[in-house]
Amino acid sequence: MPYLGDEHTVRELRRALSNPNVQADHLRYRNTIHRVIRLMSQGQDVSGLYSEMVKACATVDIVQKKLVYVFLCSYASLNPELSLLVINTLRKDCSDHNPMVRSLALRNMCNLRLPGLSQYVQQPLTVGLKDKAACVRRVAVLGWAKIHTLQPNTEIDVAVVNELYGLLRDPDPVVMVNCLRALEEILQEEGGVAINKPIAHHLLNRLKLCDVWGQSEVLAVLQRYRPRGEDELFDILSLLDPALLSHHAPVMAATLRLFLSLCSTLPAVCMSALERARGPLLAAAGSTSRELRYAALCHIQLLLRSEPGLMGEHYKRFFCGYAEPPYIKQNKMQVLVELVNDDNVAMVLDELRGYCTDVNTETSQTAINAIGSIGRSYTDRCLAILTGLLGLKQEHITSAVLQTLRDLVWVCPQCGDAVCSALEGWEDNLQDSQGRGALLWLLGVYGDRVTGAPYLLEDCIDGVRSEVSAEVKTELLTATLRLFLSRPAETQDMMGRLLVYCIEEEVDMCVRDQALLYYRLLHCGIEEVRQVLQGGRRSDPSLGPLIGRPPEPISQWASSFNTLEPLTLGASTVGNSDHATPKPSTLTPNTLTSNAEAMTPTPGDPHLPDCSSGALSLSVSPALTPEEFERLWLQLEKGVCVACPVPRCSPEGLQVALQLVNIQTLAFTPPNTHPWRVYLYTHTSHISTKTPHTLILPEHTHTHTALAHTHTHTHTHTHTHTHTHTHTHTHTHTHTHTA
Amino acid sequence: LVVYCVCVCVVCVCVCVCVCVCVRAFNVLLTVCHRLTALVKDYCGCLSEKSVQMNFALIYELLDEVVDFGYIQTTSTDILKNFIQTEAVSSKPFSLFDLSNVGLFGADTQQNKVAPSAAATRPIVSSQGEQGSKNEIFVDVIERMSVVIGANGVLMKADIEGEIRVKCYMPSCSEMRIGLNEEFSIGKSQLSGYGAAVRVDECSFHQAVRLDEFDTYRILKVCPSQGEQTVMQYQLCDDLPTAPPFRLFPSIERDSGGRLLMYLKLRCDLPPKSAAINVSITIPVPKGSLRLSQELSSPDQSAELQPKNKAVHWEIPRFPGGAQLSALFKLEVSGLSAASLQEVGPVSLSFELPKYTCTGLQIRFLRLSPIQPGPSQRWVRYVTHSDSYTIRI
Repeated sequence: MPYLGDEHTVRELRRALSNPNVQADHLRYRNTIHRVIRLMSQGQDVSGLYSEMVKACATVDIVQKKLVYVFLCSYASLNPELSLLVINTLRKDCSDHNPMVRSLALRNMCNLRLPGLSQYVQQPLTVGLKDKAACVRRVAVLGWAKIHTLQPNTEIDVAVVNELYGLLRDPDPVVMVNCLRALEEILQEEGGVAINKPIAHHLLNRLKLCDVWGQSEVLAVLQRYRPRGEDELFDILSLLDPALLSHHAPVMAATLRLFLSLCSTLPAVCMSALERARGPLLAAAGSTSRELRYAALCHIQLLLRSEPGLMGEHYKRFFCGYAEPPYIKQNKMQVLVELVNDDNVAMVLDELRGYCTDVNTETSQTAINAIGSIGRSYTDRCLAILTGLLGLKQEHITSAVLQTLRDLVWVCPQCGDAVCSALEGWEDNLQDSQGRGALLWLLGVYGDRVTGAPYLLEDCIDGVRSEVSAEVKTELLTATLRLFLSRPAETQDMMGRLLVYCIEEEVDMCVRDQALLYYRLLHCGIEEVRQVLQGGRRSDPSLGPLIGRPPEPISQWASSFNTLEPLTLGASTVGNSDHATPKPSTLTPNTLTSNAEAMTPTPGDPHLPDCSSGALSLSVSPALTPEEFERLWLQLEKGVCVACPVPRCSPEGLQVALQLVNIQTLAFTPPNTHPWRVYLYTHTSHISTKTPHTLILPEHTHTHTALAHTHTHTHTHTHTHTHTHTHTHTHTHTHTHTA
Repeated sequence: LVVYCVCVCVVCVCVCVCVCVCVRAFNVLLTVCHRLTALVKDYCGCLSEKSVQMNFALIYELLDEVVDFGYIQTTSTDILKNFIQTEAVSSKPFSLFDLSNVGLFGADTQQNKVAPSAAATRPIVSSQGEQGSKNEIFVDVIERMSVVIGANGVLMKADIEGEIRVKCYMPSCSEMRIGLNEEFSIGKSQLSGYGAAVRVDECSFHQAVRLDEFDTYRILKVCPSQGEQTVMQYQLCDDLPTAPPFRLFPSIERDSGGRLLMYLKLRCDLPPKSAAINVSITIPVPKGSLRLSQELSSPDQSAELQPKNKAVHWEIPRFPGGAQLSALFKLEVSGLSAASLQEVGPVSLSFELPKYTCTGLQIRFLRLSPIQPGPSQRWVRYVTHSDSYTIRI
């Protein structure tokens, strides 16, 4: 917003500009113009000097010309009539013998943004396209695009378009790229420049002559071209291949994007392209510029969605430097979580542990969240770190740890014991409402195992009047009711007080409604309450140890590669990292578990399908917790495992197939790891005896083992040692014979 | 709409150009911004609020030539040189340091052989007379190291990213040959029989570099254009040829008076001839730290507690190789508990190692061919920066 300039200064400048003595001395003249431009860039309104500046335009001094043009282009739209005077001077300059003057005049003439401009400009532009100096042709080509955007609804001149297509063969690479740009603008409504086979090959062959910016633009335009056959496709790919290794990030990214779009039907080629580009991507992720680093990290996250193993061995490149800004640190941690495997988990956790005490609270919360996500597969180590962090007694750390523990317990119920022992003797007073909500949830769910739970809740209930967050209040209601179920004697009195307060005095409707709901529920009887609140189970274990999303197909994100989109995605996940994790609200666990309860068949269910002939039937329930499974598995003889060739179907397919025959897949290693392992179990029940036995079927799959049938002795966990020979076929057929 | 808004933010050393055109490619935008800062540095000498104020006309002109209608036309200093007419105004504040190069009664001093550090921060095109006519070439070997050392002193991660940067002030330079160490090798497979081999994992070159003599003689041939350019970039991961430059021996305990005692011994494992400068050590301390009392081994060091960052900063202006320094910090911490000790660390260091490269990369020679008319000066500098140097406790 230009503020009203100093009237006096403007008047003085006008006097100086029209002073013939100044005009005669070109240095003084130039200095005065210099002052005008300085005022202009400082935001003062100097548009009053327009007519003086128009006069100053007619000069042989190029520096002065350039300065005046800067002024004229900024104020032309305010003075359309006077600007027509300039056009005459400019048109004269367009036929100057100096190519620099010609290009300068032509460029600025198109920049004037006047309504009736095109009639004056068309002739010099047409001449400019045929100029012998490349710099004039560059300007002229873009000039047509400028004219078109100035009057977007005018007819497209076919002759001009043809001329521009012809200029794609111009010897100057910048003219070529400018033609592409101009055609893209002019033909926007027709979908941009048409790329046929000769044009595409011409562009590809001349790619090397362009500079970095031109290359990335040509590559972007080439995405529209579809090669005719495989031969042509591979010719193009081999031409582009060296550019994948370019150390200029823009070129590398544009090439990779083109690769991905060209080979969308050839996943193997895409994968090898990603692997080729890994080096440059890693280099960009470690570049000196923070912005580039962030962008590269966001794109690496994108790649990891399809190819989780891509960066595995380079995990150290994602360790944070201490001076890095928080947004890069948080992004790196998110990448690290994806890269964890058996070999590096210790190092990664050690590193993440160091970030938990970061000065920046957001960074430390992200680190704690990251440890929590790793905890889904490496529970014990992570729990040790998380409970250790509670000892620091720092508000934001404790709050983040509690939220993480809540999420972790929900997914891996087997870590309940560790959480209970951490909550034992809790005495901190948390200020943060999210942390308090998490604490209350944990107290409600594990109230029977934490001795001090009623006292902790009582403190909260006593202070409920000063509580501001409605979220915490609803959490408190649910927790109190849950605790009431397990420890009625200690809780009854305070629950009464809480319900009275919430129904009588609470102003927040949600809290009041929930209190009323619970109150009426209690009237229905304790069994009903139990049904609603606990649903028999605390969480769904089948959600738990099956880690890792299935890799997405590349096509899912290929279109957003090398655009701003991954960056905004990254920003949104960094911003609310704690919201991104599944957050069990008060009610969802119950609804989920009750649904699950209704759907899973219980042992002895008459509707249970008999899947194996004879007297033996298999069933997947009761579900085995991973902890139990591990105990049973360790009881087995050392090295007992079934080895067979890798199944040709996807792990998910195998899992579904096995579930159909009532064999539960507890966990499997990520695909493409060698050896690929899967852990299975099932329960057998003889119709005759009705005593269920649990079968543990650890399976160990090799790539190069030709053994298709291995007889394995498997122990069951019951006292009667039933020996079972298990044949495991690869093609998802599983027969179980009982000896 | 196609509008390009150019906002030159000069609060610090930052030019941010938002080219809001249909260039959707994210990193094109970013790299353009970096290239523009480099161009401004080339033409104005340095990039600061003052230099932008003094050279605004030049920068207008530069932007006008670089970006047309939101499209980048060219960013090569060589090509732009023909179009840029305005001369740079460089600010040269009078400084006492400039006098240090002048010996007593004009006699040559030792320092004459060393270029002043400001020599490379002047505009490439400058008017005749004074410094401008000098034919100078600066070749910098710059390495950035990021290191993590475990609590037991084991090197857990070590990355070096290096580059050779050439800044050329010669108006017409035909060809320059840069000779690297002869035993320079790329990749893990090549093992040299003799010691002192210089190895890097990955290496990439500027497209103008000709490598026909690189395989046999390790010579880079380049025709440098005026201004600054990165001729070669290289990386080395996890396998340092020498010991990491600093080792820390901490002992941290609580004393009977409820204070936190930190006794830190820091050893510099550089060769005795080299030294680290501007060493700054950051030690995170427990949250409730109130006061710090310190015993440092020499008077030029300093240390202070920064309660906002929960850290103690220990500054050492110069740290010669082979030396060992120690510091005793006594911290008064409110509510000190056993768990508070967990909050101490990891220690991070930032420093600069002049005349030293961690990979051992050296420039054997720098030849201009054919020999330039008139005197030409060639300067080679080596420096290693700490990108991130962390020692766990």
